[in-house]
Amino acid sequence: MTELLDALSQYGFLRHALIGGLLASLGCGVIGSYVVVKRIGFLAGGIAHSVLGGMGAALYFGFDPTIAAFATAIVAALIIGMVTLHSREREDTLIAALWAAGMATGIIFISLTPGYNTELMSYLFGNILMVSQRELWLMAAMDLLILLLIGVFYKQFLAVSFDEEFATLRGVPVTLFYLLLLVLVAVTVVLLIQVVGLILVIALLTLPAAIAGHYMRTLAGMMVVGALLGMAFSTGGLLLAWQPDLPPGPIIILLAAATYLVSLLLYKLRS
Amino acid sequence: MSTAPAISLRGINFSYGGIAALENIDLTVQRGEFIGVVGPNAGGKSTLLKIILGLLKPSSGTVEVLGLPPEQGRRHIGYVPQYPRFARDFPITVEQAVLTARLGQTRWWGGYTHHDKVLAHEALRRTETDSLRKRRLDTLSGGQLQRVLLSRALACEPDILILDEPTANIDQRVETEIFDLLKKLNEEMTIIVVSHDIAFITYYVTRVACLNRTLMCHETAHIDGKLLDQLYGTHVHAVEHRHD
Repeated sequence: MTELLDALSQYGFLRHALIGGLLASLGCGVIGSYVVVKRIGFLAGGIAHSVLGGMGAALYFGFDPTIAAFATAIVAALIIGMVTLHSREREDTLIAALWAAGMATGIIFISLTPGYNTELMSYLFGNILMVSQRELWLMAAMDLLILLLIGVFYKQFLAVSFDEEFATLRGVPVTLFYLLLLVLVAVTVVLLIQVVGLILVIALLTLPAAIAGHYMRTLAGMMVVGALLGMAFSTGGLLLAWQPDLPPGPIIILLAAATYLVSLLLYKLRS
Repeated sequence: MSTAPAISLRGINFSYGGIAALENIDLTVQRGEFIGVVGPNAGGKSTLLKIILGLLKPSSGTVEVLGLPPEQGRRHIGYVPQYPRFARDFPITVEQAVLTARLGQTRWWGGYTHHDKVLAHEALRRTETDSLRKRRLDTLSGGQLQRVLLSRALACEPDILILDEPTANIDQRVETEIFDLLKKLNEEMTIIVVSHDIAFITYYVTRVACLNRTLMCHETAHIDGKLLDQLYGTHVHAVEHRHD
């Protein structure tokens, strides 16, 4: 522990990793709760994997991959949202297609980009130790955007997630809030990709909120506890991975998954 | 306020994928009426309600709610659906669920106002469910949930109350309690209730709309076995019941 505290004071990248984990946890608790109650984990997975296409293209053409990740995620979310609303196509088929097509595009760009691309690998599997100060500011700005929108429109988001038909009858623009929610899911996915990579992102988006759901009576309660659990997992994962020099992303996920299993067992026993 | 009827349907036709669900429906519901909509399954009862609520668009005909198009008029409607359209395990308390009724009438930003909360509590009190207000929705019994959904409809401060089979899954004692309450509420608002139980509702309603793709309206006193056979297309046992 003392060794880790020394390392924290000594290495800036470790401090960045810690702050990055805490910032990502805010989005993970707040938006993760909607993903869990609306049962759109698969949709979030589709958005996450389609992001590889945008990031691969950005690296090939020399754009900023983080900005490209946000743009791709938002476009993917809007495509899924619009098609779900206006077409009779099955939502899961469409998500699977977008998921695979995004990955395929990314793989093609990786093969076209000369050399072994460590940055792209860190997006796939996550590398919280490589988070830069600029990315931290970007993450903080996105957190602020999420908290602001959810704070101002909490009752509309709650009504639309709870009972879409009744919200429509009360004059809530349901389509607008559904698409806005998907955009916020997209933003959160990119926040979490910084920490655990796009392959593992669904776990961090759903597990803390799902654990919170075992104990909380309200959506707001789920958000607060989900965010705190996300913070505990990202910090705990970082601590556990430091000494044996393991990658923090997978340790964070295993910690979250193990806690979820124990919590699920306790929840089932209790009810 | 205008003196237009509560609901006015003229020449309504509606079909699902070419199969006619409603044919040439004309119905005027005056303010203050308590009307029961009855008929066999798949006879178009829920479809008719969704057209009144503006959730479905008829292929032809006109709909007016308090003289307004349904998309505007439905703000004055409190609606209790047949099946809850939400996941039963959704993390929401009774009070929060009832407060969603205030959307469209409260401020657009931030939380609900004190006035909204007062109205939600009043609605819960009227259905005798105020003691449940901190409970999570998935801990309620079928009868309690139905009362809470009725509270949510009342918290809309409606001029018209529309209920789709409100007592389909609850026992008869609770059914009687709910209809006694509706009878009392009818002193303040127009009520349209869909029911499978024509014998039971004729004790409460002033008029019955018999719907089996087409519509026939009757004063409750005129309903007899012959009419029921005609409506359901088969022999129906008439059950003796009381009238006021």
